[in-house]
Amino acid sequence: MSDQKTIVLKIKRRADQESPAYWEEFEIPYRPAMNVISCLMEIRKNPVTRDGKATSAPVWEMNCLENVCGSCTMLMNGKVGQSCATLVDNLTQPISLEPMSKFPTIKDLAVDRSRMFANLKKIRAWIPIDGTYDLGPGPRIAERDRQEAYEFARCMTCGSCLEACPQVSEHSNFIGPAAIGQVRLFNSHPTGAMTKEERLEAISGADGVTSCGNAQNCVKACPKQIPLTEAIAEMNRDVTLYKFKQFFRGK
Amino acid sequence: MVTVASNTKPKVIVVGGGLAGLMTTIQIAEAGVPVDLFSFVPVKRSHSVCAQGGINGAVNTKGEGDSPYEHLDDTIYGGDFLANQSPVKHMCDHAPGIINLLDRMGVMFNRTGEGLLDFRRFGGTQYHRTAYAGATTGQQLLYALDEQTRRHEVEGKVVKHEFWEFLGIVKDDDGACKGIIAQDLRTMMIQEFRADAVVLATGGPGIIYNRSTNSVMNTGTAASAVYQQGAKYANGEFIQVHPTAIPGMDKLRLMSESARGEGGRVWVPRTPGDKRRGEAIPEAERFYFLEEKYPAYGNLVPRDIATREIFAMCVDEKMGVFGENQVYLDLTHLDKKQIDIKLGGILEIYEKFIGEDPRTTPMRIFPAVHYSMGGLWVDFVKDNTSGGLVVGDPRNQMTNIMGLYAVGECEYQYHGANRLGANSLLSCLTAGQMTGPGVATYVKHLPKSVDDLPASLFEREKKVRQVQYEKLAASVGTENPYKLHEELGDVMTANVTVVRYNDRLKATDAKIQELQERVERVSIADNSSWTNQLIPFTRQLKNMLHLSRAVTLGALARDESRGAHYKPDFPKRDDARFLKSTIAEWTSDGPKLSYEDVDTSLIKPRLRNYAAEKNESETAAPEAESVKEKLVVSTNTSHGTNGANGKESFGTGLTGATRQEMQIAAGADANGSGDQLSTRPPEARRDSPYSLGAKEEIRIADDNWLTGANDAADADPAKASNPVSVEGEKLVSTR
Ligand SMILES: Cc1cc2nc3c(=O)[nH]c(=O)nc-3n(C[C@H](O)[C@H](O)[C@H](O)COP(=O)(O)OP(=O)(O)OC[C@H]3O[C@@H](n4cnc5c(N)ncnc54)[C@H](O)[C@@H]3O)c2cc1C
Ligand code: SF4
Ligand code: FES
Repeated sequence: MSDQKTIVLKIKRRADQESPAYWEEFEIPYRPAMNVISCLMEIRKNPVTRDGKATSAPVWEMNCLENVCGSCTMLMNGKVGQSCATLVDNLTQPISLEPMSKFPTIKDLAVDRSRMFANLKKIRAWIPIDGTYDLGPGPRIAERDRQEAYEFARCMTCGSCLEACPQVSEHSNFIGPAAIGQVRLFNSHPTGAMTKEERLEAISGADGVTSCGNAQNCVKACPKQIPLTEAIAEMNRDVTLYKFKQFFRGK
Repeated sequence: MVTVASNTKPKVIVVGGGLAGLMTTIQIAEAGVPVDLFSFVPVKRSHSVCAQGGINGAVNTKGEGDSPYEHLDDTIYGGDFLANQSPVKHMCDHAPGIINLLDRMGVMFNRTGEGLLDFRRFGGTQYHRTAYAGATTGQQLLYALDEQTRRHEVEGKVVKHEFWEFLGIVKDDDGACKGIIAQDLRTMMIQEFRADAVVLATGGPGIIYNRSTNSVMNTGTAASAVYQQGAKYANGEFIQVHPTAIPGMDKLRLMSESARGEGGRVWVPRTPGDKRRGEAIPEAERFYFLEEKYPAYGNLVPRDIATREIFAMCVDEKMGVFGENQVYLDLTHLDKKQIDIKLGGILEIYEKFIGEDPRTTPMRIFPAVHYSMGGLWVDFVKDNTSGGLVVGDPRNQMTNIMGLYAVGECEYQYHGANRLGANSLLSCLTAGQMTGPGVATYVKHLPKSVDDLPASLFEREKKVRQVQYEKLAASVGTENPYKLHEELGDVMTANVTVVRYNDRLKATDAKIQELQERVERVSIADNSSWTNQLIPFTRQLKNMLHLSRAVTLGALARDESRGAHYKPDFPKRDDARFLKSTIAEWTSDGPKLSYEDVDTSLIKPRLRNYAAEKNESETAAPEAESVKEKLVVSTNTSHGTNGANGKESFGTGLTGATRQEMQIAAGADANGSGDQLSTRPPEARRDSPYSLGAKEEIRIADDNWLTGANDAADADPAKASNPVSVEGEKLVSTR
């Protein structure tokens, strides 16, 4: 593909959540090692469609440009991923760009992921420290446990796993794999474990971990290779155990 | 001194949710004062997430005898003595505590076999002082603070305003800051917000160079906005160019210094233009130039030095890999499993974007714009007993505008002329930790609440911003703001980075002024009133242009070489004239420059020489006059003196300081100017690569690499037409 002199992109546009979507095609010069975001940057310098019509520059989100902030997630040729880390050479043309479908569209390629941040509140995704004053070092952790936890700590709330999950839709309230992975993270920390029941409670309802249909798409979609299905299985067990205990405590 | 809190309903605004902003927010919330937190993006996506290598703190777990004093000395020495020393001492003293706190917050720092935090080496030190979480330390730290902030949010102490842009502050009739004007980037509504104090934690300005290692939001727009409202901007010319990044059309991606901290080696083939792949070149035919020239520090010399060496190796000596501007950063000799654990994040980036495996193939890298040592001028209050700062004093980190604070990369306080790796995350956090209580004290003791101020004050300022926006939205013309930005980035990168010449700096300033005219003629093809990205970007571009002038003219006026600022025509550090912070004040005719003494009360300035062990290299003492100056802590502040109690003697616990002084005294020499070795090693200087004839090549090299641009015409001094203000130079000569 690298002998092609231009790149053709089809971009799904939409003024806002209420407006109808439409497609626009753009053609830009090819340069080696381009990622999808550099194509979008090229377009905004000269927002003219392939058939010569002046238009507005497409709207999208980005920040870090190195696959660590999670902003730029979108569908590229129908597949979810980070547009900063997706190289044009790995995509067949024309390249189609669409916003994620499981979140409300803000505009063009930008979507509203506030639901994910709300879920982090719901599961109390933090270590409940007493305060920031000097209390000496934290608990000792074995390096092996640290490595396992670190994998979950890399979740950048990008939404790929939710987009890929058949159980997630605009009409279902399934909390989704990312949040379950975070429960796993905080519950395995020595201090976090002291309040693990709160987090298990948060994912024990109908929209919680039991909503998982075991399609295993999330783990394939996750750009950080977070072992989400393992976390879901573990948390499922923990929730069952927790409910069991609750039952015998008469709660 | 007011002792009883008089303002019963204080509130604070923090702008920016990177490490600095979040730490400040948490501290203020903990002090019981409600916080409104503003950010362009969900704070979890702030630029701090990019930081890779680690955070410094002399926890001394390796039996090396490290101490906060050594950390202080390394930082001051690495910064070529331009940093005020009391704040740096505060930072280093509080570093171990910060690392402990992060550990308690659940940061998944790498561990030792005993389950303790592990530490690795970084540039500019010989100790294992850097705590790290793989090679995504910034992400892990930011997430920990994001989580704690969310907890305060749930408890109702913090209200987040994400997808909002700060446009400017509101001042009362006495000139004190009483709130902000901001714009919702979805509805595009411009609104006023009241606060008893405002903290800016808006990060660095790397994007004035267009392509850098920075995130796209790092335009410095907020700092520029308040600079135009009267805040002083200090040491703008000190821009760090990181030695090791990989090129890209959209971004120059960093390969963290931790790669060298873990044993990575920088080299070029001994035969220029060697066609073999790096892994095929035998050991004897490799030139490990940093190790050879700097035996004491080797690959871990500070960044300014490594960058100049790599630059010289490629541009002057033509020794770059495959004849191009790139050198090898080699990890292939290291244990693959270990580097996966310790450097996984950056290995992933290299693989993803370059398509080669750095475990088996040496990486090809080149310098890139990375960090700004300069930033908003802030105050500090020295504690004469500890040599550090008076903790809790509301003047710490306050700009020259009463009630306006700055923390993090947007201020200038901690890194002097060159920042040491892994000290930035630290300075963001220690400053945030200190500022929180100071701000809380300030707002609680104000004689009246901001709510007592008339609405007209805020309405007026809101109107100004609305009119600005509407005028921009109606702009018709032929210029595209993204293209203008590219031109700015190209000229800044070509002329205001590694090697600086006065004629080119003047030409750069002329070019910036030309861009300032052209930006008035942008075509706003999209004036939709829902999630408009074009108009805010254009507004930011205007702010970037103002800041770029402060950076460029600061560089023009500073006729010496110090840290990251290197002028071949003035190759020595000149303490007599320039052991001073540059202060830029905005005027409608461009920046007005003045100079402020540096607090050198703890460590006497000495030569930098990284070829030798640190303490063996002290061969120069400052001139008598400088010695006198150093005892006067920076006093030109708007709120009285920094030497809070008027006493300038520092505590007796400073055995380190005493030792340093004695050594200096022993090796004293009347020559107060800087060390040539540190700015250019003799071998590379030999054939004067930076003579006029060589400039052309340097620029071409820049264009291909640092900027990726093809057209250097704009950078050509001969094409510059606008007159150049050399006000800075005049000011220099008047002192
Ligand atoms: C690739 C890379 C790697 C690095 N690695 C390290 C490292 O290993 N160790 C180290 O010590 N340092 C490192 N640094 C430097 C360090 O990451 C930064 O200096 C530091 O993170 C800056 O943090 P901050 O809190 O000041 O600002 P940022 O994290 O940049 O945050 C700025 C905040 O301000 C907000 N903001 C800005 N302007 C506005 C506005 N007008 N309106 C509303 N909100 C606004 C943004 O939304 C954001 O929330 C690295 C830097 C880079 C580029
Ligand atoms: S778990 Fe993976 S895919 Fe899901 S939000 Fe986190 S990083 Fe993205
Ligand atoms: S821009 Fe941050 S993940 Fe792509």
